[in-house]
Formats: sequence, C-alpha cells, structure tokens
Amino acid sequence: MILKRYSLLIIATLLLVTVSSLFARGIYQTDEDFISEAFLKKPPENGRIMLGGDVRKRVTSLLGHPYGGLIIKYWEKEGKTAWILEEIGKTEPITFGIIIKNSKIEKIKVLEFRESRGWEIKYPAFTKQYNGVGLEGDKLDKNIDGVSGATLSLWAMNGVSRVALYLSQHLSNKSK
Amino acid sequence: MNIKKSLKGLVALAIAGTFSANAIAAPSNAEIFDMMQEMKKELKNLKAENNELKGTVEEVAVSTDEAIKAQIKLANKSSWGGYGELHYNNLEGQGPGVSDTKKIDFHRFVLYFGHEFRDDLRFFSEFELEHALAGDGDDKPGEVELEQAYIQYDYNDTTQVTGGLFLVPIGIMNETHEPDTFYGVERNTVEKNIIPTTWWEAGVMVKKELKPGLTLDVALTSGLKGTSSAFKARSRQKVANAKANSGAMTTRLKYTAIPGLEVAASLFMQTDFCQGQVVGCGAATAFETHAIYKKDKFQLRALYAGWNIDGDAVKAAGADKQNGYYLEPSYRFNDKWGAFARYETYDNKDGSTSTADTEVKARSIGFNYWIDPTVVAKFDYVDQSKANEGDKDGINIGLGYSF
Repeated sequence: MILKRYSLLIIATLLLVTVSSLFARGIYQTDEDFISEAFLKKPPENGRIMLGGDVRKRVTSLLGHPYGGLIIKYWEKEGKTAWILEEIGKTEPITFGIIIKNSKIEKIKVLEFRESRGWEIKYPAFTKQYNGVGLEGDKLDKNIDGVSGATLSLWAMNGVSRVALYLSQHLSNKSK
Repeated sequence: MNIKKSLKGLVALAIAGTFSANAIAAPSNAEIFDMMQEMKKELKNLKAENNELKGTVEEVAVSTDEAIKAQIKLANKSSWGGYGELHYNNLEGQGPGVSDTKKIDFHRFVLYFGHEFRDDLRFFSEFELEHALAGDGDDKPGEVELEQAYIQYDYNDTTQVTGGLFLVPIGIMNETHEPDTFYGVERNTVEKNIIPTTWWEAGVMVKKELKPGLTLDVALTSGLKGTSSAFKARSRQKVANAKANSGAMTTRLKYTAIPGLEVAASLFMQTDFCQGQVVGCGAATAFETHAIYKKDKFQLRALYAGWNIDGDAVKAAGADKQNGYYLEPSYRFNDKWGAFARYETYDNKDGSTSTADTEVKARSIGFNYWIDPTVVAKFDYVDQSKANEGDKDGINIGLGYSF
C-alpha cells in the first residue's frame, strides 16, 4: 500500500539518483592538481620534513596525538609553502591541502574525504573561514564556526591547520 | 662539515709530520703534491658515500612511512567506538500523585562496530545496554537493544544508499546523541515524547546532496504501532518481530551551506499508525523542523514537532494531535565550560476536548564541563510542571563520554 501510495516519489528519487554524474568517491582534487594550482602550474620540487625530535614533539602537541607518518612532504616557492596532510576524522583519514603565506593560511581544501559523515567541511563557504588565520601558541588565532554533525571533521581540519602553520614557521626559521 | 675538519686535520698532521720528519728525510714537493692528490681523491669518495648514505636513509624513511600508512589503512578496515552516560537525578515532587525521583543510573552503555568492505561499501552498527541491567523483574529495568545495523553504499560522491536498520532522519538528537554533543543531563522531553528518540526502523534510505549544503533524505521503512491503551507518538516497535502491515516514509531536507547554521524539516507518513490492530486508528503524519545557529561562542537550538493521527478511536483519546517545541540558548565560555538554558513544552493529548489540560512544561538551566573534548561532566536544575498534576523540580548530575 505504502509503495503504491508513494510510488511517484520513489520513482522520482530513483531517477534523481540515476542521473547523478559519477565521480570517484570522495576525491575532490588530486594532490598533484592542488599543488599545480597553488603554484600556477609551475610547482617547485617537493621537499620533505622527517618528523623527529622537537618537531615531532610539537606536532604531537598541536594535534593532541602523534602524526600518522614519519615524513611530511611540502612545496616551497617565493615565500609560499604548500602542504598535503592527513588527519583522522572519526575513523577514516581526511586528506587536506593547505597553502601558507606570511605565516597565515592562504587556502585550505579537503582533497579526499573518506568518512560517511561530516563532509560538509569541504564546502568553500566553510573553508574560507580559515583564510588569513595564523597560529597563536598552540591555537588558531580565530574562532571557526562548526557545522552541526561535523564536529570531528572540524577538529581534524583545525589540527592540520595548526601543524601546517607550525611547520611553515619551522622551515622559515631553519633557512634564516 | 666534519669532512672539512678532517681534511684540515690531515693537512696539519701532514705538515707537522713533514717538519718533524725533516730531520730524517724531508719529502720533496712532488711527494707532498701526490699526498694532497691522494687526500683529495679520498675526500671525493667520502662525499659520494655520504650522499649515497643520505639517499638510503631517506629511502628507508619513505618506505617505512608508506608501510605505516598501509598498515593503518588495513587496521582501519574494522573500527569500533562507543559512548555512555551515568545519571544522578534528585527531583522533588510537589502536588497530589507526583512522586520524588531520586536515583542513580548508568543510563546508556553503547558500543559501535563498523567495517569497510570497500571504499564505497561499509557496515555500521550500534549495540546498547540501557539502565545497566536487563532481564525479567522490576529490579532489572534495562534493555539490550540493536539500534543500528546497516550497509551503506556510496553510489557516487553525492548519493548514498543505506539499507538495514538505521536511525530515522528526523530531529536534532535522533542521529547525533552522544552526551558530549548536547547540554543537559537528560535529553530534552520533546525529542523523547513527540519525536521518539532514539528512533530506528528497518528499510532503505537514499541520501542525495542536491547542491552544496542542501541534502535530501528519503527513507522507506517499517513503522510505529500505536495501541488502544496509548496512541502516543512513542510507540516504537524497535524492529523486534515488528508488525509490518503498514510501512512508513520519511523525507528530510537539510540546509547546512552557511557555517554555523543548520536548518532542516522532516515529514514522516505512515498509512496505519496501529498496523491494522486497532479499529478507529488510521494514517499518521509527523512534521518536524529545527534550526541550529552557532556564532562564535553563542548557540541557539530551536525545534518544533507535531503529529496528526487519523481515526475515531485516536480522536476520542485526544491523541489525534500531539506536539511540542523547545528553545535552547547556550554559551561556550572556553574549551572546558559551557552554560545553557532551555524551555520546552509538549502535549501527547493536544486533541483532547476535555477541559483538563495535558501539557507538560519544563525549564532548565545548567552547565557542561568538558574534561576532554569528548568526555563531559554535566549539572542542571530542572523545574517541570504537568498541567492538573503538579510540579517536579530538582537537580541532575551526569558524566558522559564518547570515542
């Protein structure tokens, strides 16, 4: 009975599903495309930071737990650094692309999202809140308004933002 | 750097050796030149070895890093988590027939289990023990419940299909109810008595992202089963040998495109609220809408929900109209402290023609202290009044966690 009664709505829903364009799941932009876009299609060679000693300790403090890897790749050119970082939301790692300039976030983007909830953080309306945000001690210097039901994804994004800002500062200090 | 130092040392030694050995046999300029050439060659070899070693260390680090990540990915195929909340209630009844409530209860102990079969196909479940002890007899008030057990498939990056036993897409707390995510020791009464949170059914659901920040959920599921003694909205069958004479459909539209704002509306429809078991009980429709607005440290939650249930028997009981709403402003002082106030009112017999009022109202005020981002201690004062019955007021203390 219920199927008969709402058959039109069911058909409309199925059509809606069927006509949707097919994308690879959760990959919004590849790492390569993000880096290419960041450096206007002329990306520099990538560098690597091995997480050891004080750097590892500080990254652990900024994330609240150790980073899930030994090496972090970065790209640096004309005072701008770009980072590809991963952080777990609830159970799955989310891949973020972050660009830092003058110790502030120029841009942050969700490159790949693997969780079943909390994907709202990928929207530009949400990520643009991070533009111009810096690091003050162990915290971001601006409050970020969350999305209901995406709290863990928001925490992950805040965490990688702090790490990218710190590592960029670390590189800059090293080269002085 | 070390190589340079070593070289300087060698040259110094060679010169010193030259002078000290001068008494025996002074090397010729040609011999010194040869020695210098030999050392230069050694230095070149050392540099090459050093570079090779550096490359090897980097390669080992990269391989180890990749191996760790692969291992994490493998380990993440199956996941588990959970939440729990311990409550202490000390409420004093005022008025005839209104008893005191003084109890301590491990209200909910929940475990999640999940497994990812493929990137686009996963299983998720929620298993709960309510009130700590389940069994026959009044001294075992608990229930063991399977609240979620579904397979979810990502058709594409804007469409998900869920099949099995899942939470009905309605209200604020029905899908997100971990204790660290809300204020107040006990859940609000509107989302308990009008929306029967936690409300799960079995069926199929399609979630479609229509535009960035605008999603549509359509769920075809099993339904509620009102009885002649109570046509209350909280007539869940919990998918336990449930009557399936009449199915249900829930549609939700949710807007979250503006950071800090969520606006949603849900419509639930069931062709026979009593599953054909009660004469004079007909179709049921529930409408719910809510908004959550968060700006910096301030947050406001507002929700309305109401039912229309057809049938003479339902109407005679005054249960043909049931509704309620609440408003909850809150302020988060810092990472640790937050305070809230809430006004809530609901009526499960709003269709009653009797002069006796059946509305229930409650005012609450309290605070949360987050010991850790997902571990919270709570305190609140609540003043509840039931029309024509009496008041109840007192304090609640809680401890909750999720992981």
